Amino acid sequence: MHNEAILPSGTRSGSPPSRPIVIAAENLTKKYGDLAAVNGISFSVPAGQSFGLLGPNGAGKSTAMKMIGGVTRRTSGRLDIMGLDPDTHGPEVRAHLGVVPQQDNLDEELRVRDNLLVYGRYFGLPMSYLKPKADELLEFAQLTDKAKSKVDALSGGMKRRLTIARSLINEPRILLLDEPTTGLDPQARHILWDRLFRLKEQGVTLVLTTHYMDEAEQLCDRLIVVDKGRIMAEGSPARLIREHSTREVVELRFGSERNTTIAAELDGIGERLEVLPDRVLIYADDGESALEQVASRGLRPLTSLVRRSSLEDVFLRLTGRSLVD
Amino acid sequence: MSARTASGPADPVPTAGAETEAARNRTFGPLYSRNARAVIARGLMATRSTNWLVMLSGFFEPVLFLVSMGVGLGAIVGTVEGPDGTPISYAAYIAPALLAVSAMNGAVYDSTWNVFFKMNFAKLYQGMLYTSLGPLDVALGEIFLALLRGMLYATGFTAVMGVMGLITTPWALLMVPASVLIAFGFASLGMGITSFLKTFQQMDWINFILLPMFLFSATFYPLSVYPVPVQWFIQAMPLWHGVELLRQISVGVFTAATPLHIAYYLVMTAAGMLLTTLRLRSLFLK
Repeated sequence: MHNEAILPSGTRSGSPPSRPIVIAAENLTKKYGDLAAVNGISFSVPAGQSFGLLGPNGAGKSTAMKMIGGVTRRTSGRLDIMGLDPDTHGPEVRAHLGVVPQQDNLDEELRVRDNLLVYGRYFGLPMSYLKPKADELLEFAQLTDKAKSKVDALSGGMKRRLTIARSLINEPRILLLDEPTTGLDPQARHILWDRLFRLKEQGVTLVLTTHYMDEAEQLCDRLIVVDKGRIMAEGSPARLIREHSTREVVELRFGSERNTTIAAELDGIGERLEVLPDRVLIYADDGESALEQVASRGLRPLTSLVRRSSLEDVFLRLTGRSLVD
Repeated sequence: MSARTASGPADPVPTAGAETEAARNRTFGPLYSRNARAVIARGLMATRSTNWLVMLSGFFEPVLFLVSMGVGLGAIVGTVEGPDGTPISYAAYIAPALLAVSAMNGAVYDSTWNVFFKMNFAKLYQGMLYTSLGPLDVALGEIFLALLRGMLYATGFTAVMGVMGLITTPWALLMVPASVLIAFGFASLGMGITSFLKTFQQMDWINFILLPMFLFSATFYPLSVYPVPVQWFIQAMPLWHGVELLRQISVGVFTAATPLHIAYYLVMTAAGMLLTTLRLRSLFLK
């Protein structure tokens, strides 16, 4: 699946430069006391692009999203959303935004369709517009037969789709998605990806955070990897893999005890070697020939696997493998 | 401040300039988008799934007090001195006070427990503030709903007073709008205070304040029974002003103190609205 995601990305990496910039951040900073959650990041997103914010927990992704949405005031820096400053023009900026927060905050006291209608009213939209729009969005979210259901009777995937449908009620120019598929099963994720891809085709600018690398490869034209409030890398998924990893990776397992000791004997194979507790990774442009070299040195791993390099390799290289809470 | 980077020919933002000007000219800027009615519409739609028993209990509580104390205790007490010095029945004496309590309860229930739940568990306001709504829209809408409930309670209770023969002057009908004013004060301050509370234990403090206020605010007997320092304390509390105001209206007797009672609630309302808006802003627009 990784390979499939990489191959066509050359055709969809980046938007034409003529597209207007809809989000421009310059030295965007948010401090909570001494802690800088977002520490001077700069990026810009042209209209219609799908832009990803990647990073471990606590990297500052959600804080950046909240500043774009105008619900968190920045400490310093410049932020421009479609020509407006969200700090001073919160309601106007949010009129053009759709927001899918990390945790669903659907209105449990209202039924499914009413959730869409009421949310549209918050934008001051008239019922004559909202009624057909709500039905259209229920269809889009595959929830038409649940229109009159109570929200708490929906499954996790359905709630997520309803949240996305709700975020589209005002026909936003920019859709902010904070970890859109966390906690969903694979079927629900794929349905959601499909829906998001359709939105992108309709020209909606997507800004999403995720820590699923396959999701980022599927959905993002361009992304930034954020760690400790700073940008570590920026580019299309394919370019990031090219720049920060090799074309292929060989995964070898020698058994937990031997992995460390055997590393010395692998020296010189491939471009880079990484020893993990459970396996040894060899980063090489040609995985098969690297594997042959291993065999020619008389080493017999318990299992071996040659695969294409993925965004996950880039991510782990840039943000480290230690656990972040 | 806002470079117009988005206004290209391919994807223009036609209204951004006008909106920018409109926002600059608005008194409350990013806090208010003149759409509190959407919050009200949401509240009315949600009442379909409301626990009606809880709502009714707020209405029946003062009615039960009126029946037991007014009719039962009233049989022993007989008549007491009314606001203008003429004797009135004990039930007629405590009824306006209980109406003030009813307005307070209705407003406080909606603006404290309901708001507490929506704020901390349903994340309702968080969702609202991701739309064009500002915190002042949310505050106004929620407080209006509390007032609506307060008005329903007050109308119902006034009707009960009429049925019990406790209404003797057309002035008494003014008790309904006066009750709404009382509810306004309690609802706006109540919502502001609730925004500070984080746990159920802290929410219990609200009852801890309301119950003694209900019992001791000259509800069942005149203020003159207390020593002077205690009188001052009671007079500083909001419910006493409501009790006195409604008691005066119930018999159509007005004094120099009447505008003071009204002013007390106007100030309380304004302070509560300010507190609530600022708190919602600091809670949700950090």
